[in-house]
Amino acid sequence: MAKIIVVTSGKGGVGKTTSSAAIGTGLALKGHKTVIIDFDIGLRNLDLIMGCERRVVYDFVNVINGEANLKQTLIKDKRIDNLFILPASQTRDKDALTKDGVERVLNELAKDFDFILCDSPAGIEAGAMMALYFADEAIVVTNPEVSSVRDSDRILGMLSSKSRRAEQGQDSIKEHLLLTRYNPERVEKGEMLSVDDVKEILSIDLVGVIPESQAVLNASNSGQPVILDKDSDAGQAYLDTVERLLGENVPFRFLTVEKKGLLKRIFGG
Amino acid sequence: MSLLDYFRSSKKNTANTAKERLQIIVAHERRKRNSPDYLPQLERDILEVIRKYVDISPEQIAVSLEKRDDELSVLELNVTFPDDKR
Ligand SMILES: Nc1ncnc2c1ncn2[C@@H]1O[C@H](COP(=O)(O)OP(=O)(O)OP(=O)(O)O)[C@@H](O)[C@H]1O
Ligand SMILES: [Mg+2]
Repeated sequence: MAKIIVVTSGKGGVGKTTSSAAIGTGLALKGHKTVIIDFDIGLRNLDLIMGCERRVVYDFVNVINGEANLKQTLIKDKRIDNLFILPASQTRDKDALTKDGVERVLNELAKDFDFILCDSPAGIEAGAMMALYFADEAIVVTNPEVSSVRDSDRILGMLSSKSRRAEQGQDSIKEHLLLTRYNPERVEKGEMLSVDDVKEILSIDLVGVIPESQAVLNASNSGQPVILDKDSDAGQAYLDTVERLLGENVPFRFLTVEKKGLLKRIFGG
Repeated sequence: MSLLDYFRSSKKNTANTAKERLQIIVAHERRKRNSPDYLPQLERDILEVIRKYVDISPEQIAVSLEKRDDELSVLELNVTFPDDKR
């Protein structure tokens, strides 16, 4: 049985696509057959972050409309086995995704994949609703900042009332908090909400904390999901996140300011 | 409060302010989500009625409907009056 996981946030620009690319890649690295679906109709970007933008032929909406089949449309990752991308359409028609259509595609994918990761668009409108509707689990991407936390809470409300699981009275969606762009230095100075603050306010399980990192920009510049940058703090934090998602018990890292060693203090770095 | 604490707290900790504000607004919005659709209008109506007598602002009134069990719900109305308007 495939597990459908939505990566969502309410607020825009908090790191959903970055996280979808990293976590999807990580699941495939761990041997699970994974597809990442770009639900951001009109604003396709997952292809760029995954570095496959020149290989897009057909898209999600083509499949729904029967203009192409999944085999023609799915883009197989060149670096990692078991990893596929279903690109979003560039159409401006926001109603291009229908519930029936999305369900059909998900059902077909579910026969073949272990994980289906849905990269949600921002907002709480139709597009975001569609991305979360069929989910079994949700990764709620949040920045340690007031409007992001508030919007995350609104998305939690949607997950528990507007999803298929809610409407059909099934077990509720399993919710995970993913805190991104975390800056321990600013937390210590009292300028930024801490992990514990956000956890306490939203009261859901923490699956990962990704530090604010130059590595993320480098990764997107070159079309390499940051999790492949194994020496970077963000890459390692995403790898930890994937392991927790798979049920492993992994201690949290990068939560405190790195104490500079004597040599570093003398020579900089 | 020690002298040290005084100097620490005089440097404003905006993260604490953020946390307190979020806790209040999130609790408020959660309560609203779990209540019937007519509650916001009921709250506005009650506010209008009270304003005929006392000038209060929306944040001084809180209306909530709490379900106790299958047979009983309690409508709770909380209005705080500022000192000089009693
Ligand atoms: N941990 C991080 N450190 C530094 N920059 C980050 C981090 N995570 C994300 N960013 C940057 O934040 C920006 C937004 O990221 P991303 O596109 O993943 O967000 P999004 O939630 O998908 O946005 P949208 O709502 O528009 O779809 C990008 O420029 C990305 O490089
Ligand atoms: Mg995005």
